Amino acid sequence: MDNPFEQSIQIILQTDIQILAQPLNIQSCIDSVMLPESGGIDVFIGTVRNATKGKAVVHLEFEAYEKMALAEMKKIADQACEKWPIQKLLIHHRTGVLAVGEVPVIIAVSAAHRDAAFEACRYIIDMLKKTVPIWKKEIFEDGEVWVAAHP
Amino acid sequence: MKINVLAFGIAKDIFGKPSVSLELANDANVYNLKYSLEHQYPRLKQLASYMIAVNNEYALPGDTIHESDEIAIIPPVSGG
Repeated sequence: MDNPFEQSIQIILQTDIQILAQPLNIQSCIDSVMLPESGGIDVFIGTVRNATKGKAVVHLEFEAYEKMALAEMKKIADQACEKWPIQKLLIHHRTGVLAVGEVPVIIAVSAAHRDAAFEACRYIIDMLKKTVPIWKKEIFEDGEVWVAAHP
Repeated sequence: MKINVLAFGIAKDIFGKPSVSLELANDANVYNLKYSLEHQYPRLKQLASYMIAVNNEYALPGDTIHESDEIAIIPPVSGG
């Protein structure tokens, strides 16, 4: 049953990649990837944890090499789109000072079926942590540390 | 040639400023740049690793550097 109309309905993949100095809006991120064609949305929300290796964290500071970070996130988004049938994809990352419980990153992926959404979302956050030039400094009561800087 | 190297994260702390300018041979590559930076800022050698980005792309040691390039030092990333 060939339906030429059906075949011509191509969901144009839209990606929304941003680095923001203001608080991220979880609900609007989810809303913006939702399509009538979506069967599921997978969302990863990174949050600022109150301790590292048992030591209380006062707050975190995030710094980005913005131009390159956006370009690297775009590459990851493109790779995810090649690997899975994604409908819409969003990556928002914060910069600046974040208190415990605040949200440094939101990744939202919609797809017709859940497997693609789950796998793509996992892939995107794992790759982001490996290649995107963004840095996190942990501020403790008695000092501060750039995460992962030293062996 | 004179180049400018942008620094982020711990590299900015090591340099004590957000960028440094450096004199390099005209046909210098990324390896030469790293050698020169480490000579001037030995603390770089204590990092777990670091990359050089040329025009917003991760560069390889053999990649040539041009005076007009945007060059940045990328210490281990820790976003997310």
